[in-house]
Amino acid sequence: MKRIDRSSKVRTHFHQAKWDEPIIFELSTPGERGVSVPKAGQAVASAVGDGVSDLPPALRRRERPALPEVSQNRLLRHYMRLSQMTLGADVNIEIGQGTCTMKYSPKVNEQLAKKLWEMHPLQDEDTVQGILQVFYETDQYMREISGLDKFTFQPGGGSQAIFLMASLVRAYFESRGEARNEVITTLYSHPSDAAAPAVTGYKIVYLQPDPQTGLPDPEAFKAVCTEKTAAFMVANPEDTGLYNGQIGELVKHAHSVGALCCYDQANGNAVLGVARAKEAGFDMCHFNLHKTFSSPHGCSGPACGATGVVEKLIPFLPVPSVEYDGKKYYLDDGAADKRYGVAKVREFMGVAPVVLKAYCWIRMLGPNGLWQATKTAVLNNNYLVKRMMSIPGISAYYENGNNQRVEQCRYTMEQVAKDTGVTSGDVQRRMMDFGMHFWTSHHPYYLPEPITLEPTESPSKKDIDEYADTVAYVIKECYEDPETVKTAPHRSTIHQVDERWMDDPEGWAITWKLYNRKYND
Amino acid sequence: MTKIGLIVNPIAGLGGSVGLKGTDGMVEEALRRGAEPLSNARAAAALQELLPLRDTLLICTGADQQGGSCAGSLGFRTRILHEASERSGAADTRALAKKLIEEDVCMILFAGGDGTAADIYEAIGEKQPVLGIPAGVKIYSPVYAATPKAAGELARSYLTGALTSLLEAEVLDIDEELYRQDLVDVQLRGYLTIPQEKRLMQGRKTPSPLSEAAAAHAIAGMVIRDMAPDTCYLIGAGTTTRRIMERLELPNTLIGVDLICNGKLVESDVYGDRILELTEGWPLKLVFTVTGGQGFLLGRGNQQLTPNVLKKIGKENMIVVATQKKLASLGGQTLRLDTGLEELDQQLAGYYRVITGRDQYVVAKAE
Repeated sequence: MKRIDRSSKVRTHFHQAKWDEPIIFELSTPGERGVSVPKAGQAVASAVGDGVSDLPPALRRRERPALPEVSQNRLLRHYMRLSQMTLGADVNIEIGQGTCTMKYSPKVNEQLAKKLWEMHPLQDEDTVQGILQVFYETDQYMREISGLDKFTFQPGGGSQAIFLMASLVRAYFESRGEARNEVITTLYSHPSDAAAPAVTGYKIVYLQPDPQTGLPDPEAFKAVCTEKTAAFMVANPEDTGLYNGQIGELVKHAHSVGALCCYDQANGNAVLGVARAKEAGFDMCHFNLHKTFSSPHGCSGPACGATGVVEKLIPFLPVPSVEYDGKKYYLDDGAADKRYGVAKVREFMGVAPVVLKAYCWIRMLGPNGLWQATKTAVLNNNYLVKRMMSIPGISAYYENGNNQRVEQCRYTMEQVAKDTGVTSGDVQRRMMDFGMHFWTSHHPYYLPEPITLEPTESPSKKDIDEYADTVAYVIKECYEDPETVKTAPHRSTIHQVDERWMDDPEGWAITWKLYNRKYND
Repeated sequence: MTKIGLIVNPIAGLGGSVGLKGTDGMVEEALRRGAEPLSNARAAAALQELLPLRDTLLICTGADQQGGSCAGSLGFRTRILHEASERSGAADTRALAKKLIEEDVCMILFAGGDGTAADIYEAIGEKQPVLGIPAGVKIYSPVYAATPKAAGELARSYLTGALTSLLEAEVLDIDEELYRQDLVDVQLRGYLTIPQEKRLMQGRKTPSPLSEAAAAHAIAGMVIRDMAPDTCYLIGAGTTTRRIMERLELPNTLIGVDLICNGKLVESDVYGDRILELTEGWPLKLVFTVTGGQGFLLGRGNQQLTPNVLKKIGKENMIVVATQKKLASLGGQTLRLDTGLEELDQQLAGYYRVITGRDQYVVAKAE
């Protein structure tokens, strides 16, 4: 028998699972059931009646709900197949989701989090002391990491955390009787730093990146930061992976005109143990526990945007908060010290399994471990930068010698596109044929043919090499066989999607009901 | 059978290869220097991409070097609509373009440079989807695809229905006499309708950005909402500002300046002293956009705004509008001012809050 050669780092025979799986509603068979619930016994029935007649007539359904009727094993098979078609963090080397920090989530923490399934947030405090302690201590850790004075875990995601920060800004100025109506952000901060304050009614003023440095122009900031400015909301480092050393100066100016400063640290991978929101002068910040603190991304599922504030803003934080009286952990609704807070952004005090996973991660690493995680993430990224920049046709803007990238980098394949006509969107699709993600940029593109990659501290040198070799392989294909790249993916779950309909709301069908209404001939 | 038009400007690009920076008025000199005509080869490279559709296409074009020989040599069925003069020039481009409209072709491919695009705009306006195959010395107008091959691919996508959205792109022309002296003076000549390339994306984290039209619509709504009563507004040239006039249901001069007050048109296509005359004793504001491919705020495409008019308006009454995509295409570069008076340029220099959407601004530096 001949030894099989597995020396290539590029998975040229990768193939994503692919089924022509119907959607769950199409699997429905009238009368089919997953669980047959037995009829209540006579004693139960006579005690509680039929369980429906007690409801007011207006609340009772006249028709059965239009739910799919599917047996357990068909249901299980359906979702198992769908799960196999995903290109998740456990399938690919998760370097290609720049700005989104897809680090490894230790499986032991997942197992611990499962223990919470049987708990309920309305349980009596005495029966949930353990998880309350986890909330309380995670708050203490977050204070230490950021230098700020109190955290809430209520936001169920990063954008909700930014929304909460914008709401805190509004509540603060309303309490002072000040009418400020503008929020300043930068174009390389996350789009939610503009979108969330816009939802709360603020006008948004964007700062552009300087074409040489890639950082916002401090003079432009001073020109627009006035007594109308409610807040400066910014990420640092921004999506380019460049750390703005002048951020303290901008914060100082904002404070001089009375504005608040909000630090988007959703991705805090470059700063743990290195730089804190407090020392830069920020009034509040948020960390995505599902990015920086290892909890996996939820894809619109459970997440947590831990939001912290300085002392003067504590009265505005949403309630309840978890407190400790020296003997017992308890929920404080803030009534005693008239701390009513802004409106809740979510029920209860946060997604407990996500907070627990972050707590475990912090406890496992300790303060030095967190610092080491950041150092490794920055080292990994700079190794990847060297590898990427050695690929012909790939370069990066703002490379003026002083601009070291920290945890991520936005590259450009402008030259490849000029030479071959292949775009970074094409390469994004082709990378899926090798089981890899590859992200371009938010829209509109400020840099031509962008690529944004971030390794985090999780991958080994071998992993990074495998990823970089795969990118190099595809870029070579751009020159030698551009059609294959342009028509990709070929080995993925789905071929190119016809997105024409996405521009037209008339064509959208985002529910089964709507789909039936619009597309049943 | 699908009818498409093809116009080749056979002399486009002649000057470039022999160091003449353009071909306007220089054909004889270029030929004397040994220039080789290139535009037919470029057009052929684009048509190569349409070969898979050959059996379903009828190419309507001019005789010989104006498109007929190039399309015919690739085996396309052709219909010759125009016989060019001995040395085909601007008049032939315009004549053929008009005939193609009469022939009711579904799109027109043209090979040339900025001058060719301007001729086509002059002949047919924005009536028809067109697409430029780059063959000229200078290509400033975004009506051209990046390469001849890309033009062919884009045309194929449009003809097969894979691309359906259209975009109004600027036709820019440059003063070749000045360009030969290394002075770049770009003029906005008009707009042509081109198929819009939409990059196919997959697994993206952000929703589709607003289309240019939707973004301009939102900008217009914001400008109108904030208009003060009893104040004159000059509405500058461009498609972004045009939406303001459309939303006010007023006639619009696309490459000129219109004067409105209290939601009504005072006068179309105003300029210089006439503006001062009409607005005497009235507060005056200006709504304008970034013109040209080089990020000019003033001095290109809006020469109607003379230094005296700009002085009367003053920086604080200047409302700049642009879509985010347009600003992004400039990559954060400083917007340029060239009013003709250095002193005025200095007064107007500084930071502008460019309106990019509803209650949304991008700060841009101008100097």
